Amino acid sequence: MLLTLLVASCNSEPWQTRDISGLMPSLEFQLSAVNGESLSEADLQGRVVLLLFGYTSCPDICPTNLAQLAALKRRLPASQVEAVQILFVSVDPQRDSPTTLATFAGYFEAEIIAATSTPDRLRALSRRYRTTFSYGEADADGFYEVTHSSGVYVFDQNGAARLLFRPGDSVEQMAADLTRLLK
Amino acid sequence: MDGFIELLFPWEASPLILVGIGGAVLMYGIGLARGGSPGRWRAISFVAGVALFYAVTQTHFDYYSQYLFFAHRGQHLVLHHLAPFLVALSAPGPVLAAALPDCRISGSAHRHAKGFVAKLYRGFQNPWLAGTLFVGLIAFWLIPGVHFDAMLSRRLYWIMNWSMALDGLLFWWLVFARNPAGATPHLTFGSRVLLLTLIIPPQMLIGATLAFSEQSLFDVYDVCGRAFPIAPMDDQQLGGLIIWVPAVMMSMAGVLILLARQLGDGSHERAGDNESVALGRIRQERHGDHGAQGGER
Repeated sequence: MLLTLLVASCNSEPWQTRDISGLMPSLEFQLSAVNGESLSEADLQGRVVLLLFGYTSCPDICPTNLAQLAALKRRLPASQVEAVQILFVSVDPQRDSPTTLATFAGYFEAEIIAATSTPDRLRALSRRYRTTFSYGEADADGFYEVTHSSGVYVFDQNGAARLLFRPGDSVEQMAADLTRLLK
Repeated sequence: MDGFIELLFPWEASPLILVGIGGAVLMYGIGLARGGSPGRWRAISFVAGVALFYAVTQTHFDYYSQYLFFAHRGQHLVLHHLAPFLVALSAPGPVLAAALPDCRISGSAHRHAKGFVAKLYRGFQNPWLAGTLFVGLIAFWLIPGVHFDAMLSRRLYWIMNWSMALDGLLFWWLVFARNPAGATPHLTFGSRVLLLTLIIPPQMLIGATLAFSEQSLFDVYDVCGRAFPIAPMDDQQLGGLIIWVPAVMMSMAGVLILLARQLGDGSHERAGDNESVALGRIRQERHGDHGAQGGER
């Protein structure tokens, strides 16, 4: 299998963002969406999923990432917009209630599914994609920082992990790869 | 307290490692019970080495190794330098052999297989190849693209760690091997010191390159999140220093031990002989037992 991957990666043109084909398990999750209903990968079947971890009180990475992904979706032709789903997973369930998540997702000009889960499930999900999160000390106002992944995991229509968007990637690069993935 | 106990549990339990480590300890115990007498310090060295292998792979140390570059370098320092150094220094061969079931190799297929494995082993234990592999593996897993994939893929991560541990065992085994009649090539004192000296400059170079680099080379830790907040450059510099200083010190420690052994009054050699004699006696006794049982039937 490794050999096939190697041959495949040698033959095809390189991707502009990070190719992670074969490195990670396929898309699988159990979350609670903003309306309190449960959400799993089956609900997003057939769509390209852009998965990112964060929290709504995030001062920098999350708003930047989401704004970038929203811009990315606006670049897609109308026929493809429906085929791409942004999934924001909050790793701060203590502060991020369904209402908070709904308000936060509404700030961005794109349809974003914002969801969270129990600490155990969140830990299992982040471990599955080999990332982590941790909570900083709370300040006098009770505010605490959450360290979390700054990448965006891209799964294809079959749920296979294909690409990783990193903070340095431009919207142009992401758009080029996404269009290629949707072909 | 609960938190502390939790730290001792594996972050990612690996049956292969648990079986490997459990098997090694069990066999050592059986070997001791059957009359193997390595002496206190060698037994301690073996147990400490095996315990270190366990500690860095099957406790929460592994969690930090996955999400902090410098902790990852600490993990490799133990897997590739410290733990195999202690295990090889303990020369557990005779004790482990005493634990093996006494089966005579019969049939040419078996003999061929054994001959092939011995040839392959000796091939890997060519000192030039061993030295190149030792520093080459450190460098290989630190190629930024390779490192990125290894930290992202669970399978590659374990392949990386196993390769470091196995290569460490091969290398230090070659450095400390004492039995001229064994399968491991018997190097002269000078060759051993030369081997330990030649691996120093490349490790210093790799360590210094990372410690002095002005750009963050391993962004996988930025993407995946760090176990606790530390500036990426601090993380990388600490990692570089771990490759540079303690890793190089292990060569020095090896040379000192070889020197002490060389200057030793030969009593070590005699002790080694005594041990092979003792092992031979254990074997003989066991054969005797088998014979007696056979006679009764």
